[in-house]
Amino acid sequence: MSRRRMGLALAAASFAWGLAAGVAHATDISFWTWRQEDKAAYNELFADFTKANPDIHVKFESFPDENYPTIVSTALAAGKGGDVIHTHAYGWLEQFVKAGYFEPQDLTTVPSLANQPADALVAGTYRADKKVYSLPFASQTLGLFINKDVFAKAGLTPPTTWDEFITVSKALKEKGIYPLANGMGTSWFNEMFVAIFTNPFLGHDFVSDLTSGKTTFKDPRYVAALGKLLELRDYMPPGFEGIDYDTAGQLFISGKAAMLAGGSFDIASYRTQNPAINMDFVAPPMAKAGDVPQVTKFFDGGYAVNAKSANKAAALKLVNWMGTKEFGDKFSALLGNISPIKGVVIKDELLAHVAKLNETAMPHINVVYFRFEKPTGSELLQGDITKMMSGSITPDQLAADLTDGLAKWYKPFQGK
Amino acid sequence: MNIGRRHTTKAFPWRRSLWIASLLTPALVVMVLFVLWPLLSAFRLAFYEFNGLQPTGFIGFENFRKVLFEQPYSGWTWNALKHNIIVFFALMVFENGTAFLLAYALLKALPGHRIHQVIVFLPVVLSAVIVGFLWKLFLHPLFGLVNQTLALVGIGAIPWLGNESTALGSILFANIWHWLGFPTLVLLAGMQRVGKEVIEAARLDGAGDYVLMTRIIWPLIAPSVTIVTILTFIGSFNWFEIPYVMAGLTGSPGGATDVLGLYFYRTAFGSTTTGIQDFGQGSALAVMMFIIVAGVTAIALRYLRRREIEL
Repeated sequence: MSRRRMGLALAAASFAWGLAAGVAHATDISFWTWRQEDKAAYNELFADFTKANPDIHVKFESFPDENYPTIVSTALAAGKGGDVIHTHAYGWLEQFVKAGYFEPQDLTTVPSLANQPADALVAGTYRADKKVYSLPFASQTLGLFINKDVFAKAGLTPPTTWDEFITVSKALKEKGIYPLANGMGTSWFNEMFVAIFTNPFLGHDFVSDLTSGKTTFKDPRYVAALGKLLELRDYMPPGFEGIDYDTAGQLFISGKAAMLAGGSFDIASYRTQNPAINMDFVAPPMAKAGDVPQVTKFFDGGYAVNAKSANKAAALKLVNWMGTKEFGDKFSALLGNISPIKGVVIKDELLAHVAKLNETAMPHINVVYFRFEKPTGSELLQGDITKMMSGSITPDQLAADLTDGLAKWYKPFQGK
Repeated sequence: MNIGRRHTTKAFPWRRSLWIASLLTPALVVMVLFVLWPLLSAFRLAFYEFNGLQPTGFIGFENFRKVLFEQPYSGWTWNALKHNIIVFFALMVFENGTAFLLAYALLKALPGHRIHQVIVFLPVVLSAVIVGFLWKLFLHPLFGLVNQTLALVGIGAIPWLGNESTALGSILFANIWHWLGFPTLVLLAGMQRVGKEVIEAARLDGAGDYVLMTRIIWPLIAPSVTIVTILTFIGSFNWFEIPYVMAGLTGSPGGATDVLGLYFYRTAFGSTTTGIQDFGQGSALAVMMFIIVAGVTAIALRYLRRREIEL
């Protein structure tokens, strides 16, 4: 080999070694989520993060929603799993924290926690030690979708009170339009359906009485609010007992139904499915004129750091970045979700309106307060609500089942 | 060659044992890892309390007491068990009863019997998930084929899967549609083994179809009936895929389609929308399911086999 060739080979080897050394210095971390549909948006966000932190690369890994708890708990039990884990909130998170799977976050390790409002932090806090384990990522709002074109065509105005809702629904039905698209065929949504229509009749005082132990779900206010749901049956599609939430969404976006009790998490999806849709998202009917409009709000989950992660520092750095305004602005714009981060600017008009409604929102009572032990309020309510709507049990029975079931672990309900 | 091989085996018996052991080892390893170990783990975990996702202490039979005697768990357990029992008897009567009649019709080799044999067996090759989705669509209250057809004769939208009184029956129907071909083929094979001379002799004695079916063929296909009964029992108590796809993890509406398989799964592994996981109670349910299936299968096999010998 000539000297010139040897020199070239040496130079090439040095260059390759330099590249390899560069790769070795970079940290690869993974982000686990159930949001398969958000892959493109998250990859764009992570590209921004890597631009600011060139030594950290984030890999997006998603798993089916229905099996996500099983997959995550199995992986974490074996000391594996993503470095950053997308978590649900409240009771879902708590079982993982109890097992020691997540790293606590504080202002030293995640300074952007300071950007979170207090009610959002509750969603990611373990009740026993008051420490945050998951940085909240989005609030979800439950309310009423309005198909404005259908209302305009029918010459009607969207209702704001219960009485108006009944009057308008009767008129829509006479015109051959399904007033309310919902059915009872999807258990997880049935619980949201209950929250949407009962919360305006319950109010913050009821929540306060319930959580301070002054009352239970047997309270006449709750039973009466459940009774209101029975009135809705006349305005739901025929065979509503078997109509699932996906079908309800299709009835709404296709204009066959005028209203849909739903979640702000579907705004982006409905727009994608029918770009021409002219819709609004409003508070469900108030008990009476002059009441404060009350949507239902809860925090969907957050970002937690795997306690067994080999790249904890990089993972915490990512989570901290996900709590910044820069992330929140782009997150809301790309995914149509409302970031809880203070100061986030929501440019979309409808989403900004939903964020405004959130200011007077009621909490999703079961999710926020009664999903911490077994039996959860959710499994009790989801089991009974279809029976109540089909008439095989009364609102009183549902309220009693819910209270008595929760009394197994919720001390304020015991003996009441 | 044979003599040579026999000679080698006799001379080195340990080689033959080693050879057999090497053939059995992979299967044994798989069985131990994926069947025996999970089974023993479930037995162990059934006696532990869980706080979050980790066992916190030995609690004896407490998990069993809760799922059997403490409300609301006991109500859910008995409700699910009741549905498993209903499913078993319904499948025995409607699925296996129809299969017997179909098998007899196919045995008679009527014109077109070969194509019918294929048609009857065709759904069996489909995945349970596909069948579940297919029938969920057919039974959709607004757009489903069934209600659209009924609408032609003026019958309004029936929420087949949303009504407590029709949901389990609808799912059973889908299951029967899916599996009908299997017992039909097993029973047909049994019927084909009945000697022609026996059938001819019965015919000569003046036996008609009914007598032939009930007095000659039915008793003589006892081994096939044993297999079909045992498999139906095991299938009924392990029922999961079709109810999961058609009615969801909660056995909706209101637990009307809940079975032990669904109840076990959501207890042990939780669900994003109902909350938390409890491996302790879940394992207790799994152990109970194992005891029911293994115990009843053993007893039934003994009884049914004896019946075969008596013939």
